[in-house]
Amino acid sequence: MEEIKKKFGESIKVVFIKPLRIKIQVEPRDIVEVATFLRDSMGFDHAESAGGTDYPKDNQIEVIYHLGSYTREDLGAHILSLTARTSRDDARLPTLINVYKSVEYHERETFEMLGVYFEGHPRNERFLLPEDWADIPPLRKDFKIKGR
Amino acid sequence: MTSLEDKFEESKKLGLQIVRESEEDRLMTLSVGPQHPGSGHFRFTIKVDGDYIVYCDPDPGYVHRGEEKMCEYRNVIQNIPHLERPVIHDSSNITYSYSLAIEELVGIEVPRRGQYIRALASELNRQVYTLYWLAIYGIFLGHSTMFMWPTGDRELFIDLLEALTGARVTHAFNIPGGVRNDMPDGFKDRCMRQMRYFQKRLKEYEDIFYNMPLFRQRTEGVAVLSREDAVKLGVAGSVLRASGIPYDIRKVEPYDIYNEIDFKVQYMKTGDCFARSYVPFLDMHESCHIIEQLLDKMPQSGEVRAKLQPTPKGPPGETYRRVESGRGALGYYIVSDGTPRPYRVKISVGSFRNMLALPYLLVGQKLADMPAVYWSLNYWPVEADR
Repeated sequence: MEEIKKKFGESIKVVFIKPLRIKIQVEPRDIVEVATFLRDSMGFDHAESAGGTDYPKDNQIEVIYHLGSYTREDLGAHILSLTARTSRDDARLPTLINVYKSVEYHERETFEMLGVYFEGHPRNERFLLPEDWADIPPLRKDFKIKGR
Repeated sequence: MTSLEDKFEESKKLGLQIVRESEEDRLMTLSVGPQHPGSGHFRFTIKVDGDYIVYCDPDPGYVHRGEEKMCEYRNVIQNIPHLERPVIHDSSNITYSYSLAIEELVGIEVPRRGQYIRALASELNRQVYTLYWLAIYGIFLGHSTMFMWPTGDRELFIDLLEALTGARVTHAFNIPGGVRNDMPDGFKDRCMRQMRYFQKRLKEYEDIFYNMPLFRQRTEGVAVLSREDAVKLGVAGSVLRASGIPYDIRKVEPYDIYNEIDFKVQYMKTGDCFARSYVPFLDMHESCHIIEQLLDKMPQSGEVRAKLQPTPKGPPGETYRRVESGRGALGYYIVSDGTPRPYRVKISVGSFRNMLALPYLLVGQKLADMPAVYWSLNYWPVEADR
């Protein structure tokens, strides 16, 4: 943790450190650089999942990557949550597909479920939802299930 | 001898209408699924050049139910029954990590007997799932005995789970705070007896299926996933362990009482279809040992469930908890805002992650090997779609 702090200084915000779980928040423009550092120097070799959470109060969407390690035994149980926030009105983030190949489908899912456009991702398009889906991204909080 | 090119020119001079074959003409697009029983509720488009697959594009979503959105409308206890729908054959495991996450958020201490019983239910459920998968793998490789035997033996475990939980397939048994009810009388003896029988059966499975030369020829050396690529693609569960990485959440991040259980993480190094189909089989052996140990070490009496309020809620916060399911690490990322309903639930499942390996492995294979590769990925479409 100290190492990351030293390398990137104030642009990284440590949200919490719990046993086996660390969450950090970075600026969108730094996310590729931080992810590359985490992969090459820290040993987090794959992303277990990626998703997002909508925070209409802050007018922001938080995209979260859960990074883990298969190759380093001491990191096997650790999950590092790498997050970045983007505005709800023009939700755009750089893709991490060139750093972590495993986020390819997760980012596609996040695109359709939360409407976050991943710049540089080859396919920001429909994935799980039906082809004729014509509504706002369903995991945004202003999408309501009918009748509830 | 005239070349093909000369012949073409000659024919054109004669006034014949001849069109050159383009690359597009060579390729044929096939849609596998979603109605085809060989793919489950899942479609993938493949392009074949003669007998070889040159392109593959998965198209999931036919059984997408919006589980994550539904979770935001119900309180943490109401969420249990619908969360096990994505994979009803492994319903104890999919609610296990959810329970762990809620317990961490709300701050619930689970009684020891409860911890043992829910580990027991999960192991029994893992056997049900693996047997079901093995049956499908058998029938799609044309081995109908391997369909009938696991389907029959699966009933043993379903009967055990029925006695334990009251339901055959969807149990809603693992809940935040422990398990719904205690074990019935005589369950231990019955379970032990069936476990001894099943271990004998596993030997027979190996003889008739895994040691059969036909099966070996169809799977050995087919669609090899190297160790580096497995890490890069982030695959999970048996697919990962077949590529030489002994990674099992029960071992690396033991939850509940798994650190008191003695078992080996089974893995292989070849990374081919055979390894991917053999690792779950080895896991069934290990599960039998785990079940026997759980029954032996279990406290003989005590509470099985912590007292809870009707709508438990904790302070605002978030958590990410995982268990090892039949298809790899199964994690829940839950954000709570302090109300009884979760603010956001993200289910991270092994099937969704293994789907990324499908185009990677299928391209370059023969069309006839497609079922062997596809089912070796331990892919459950309903779980991937959520």
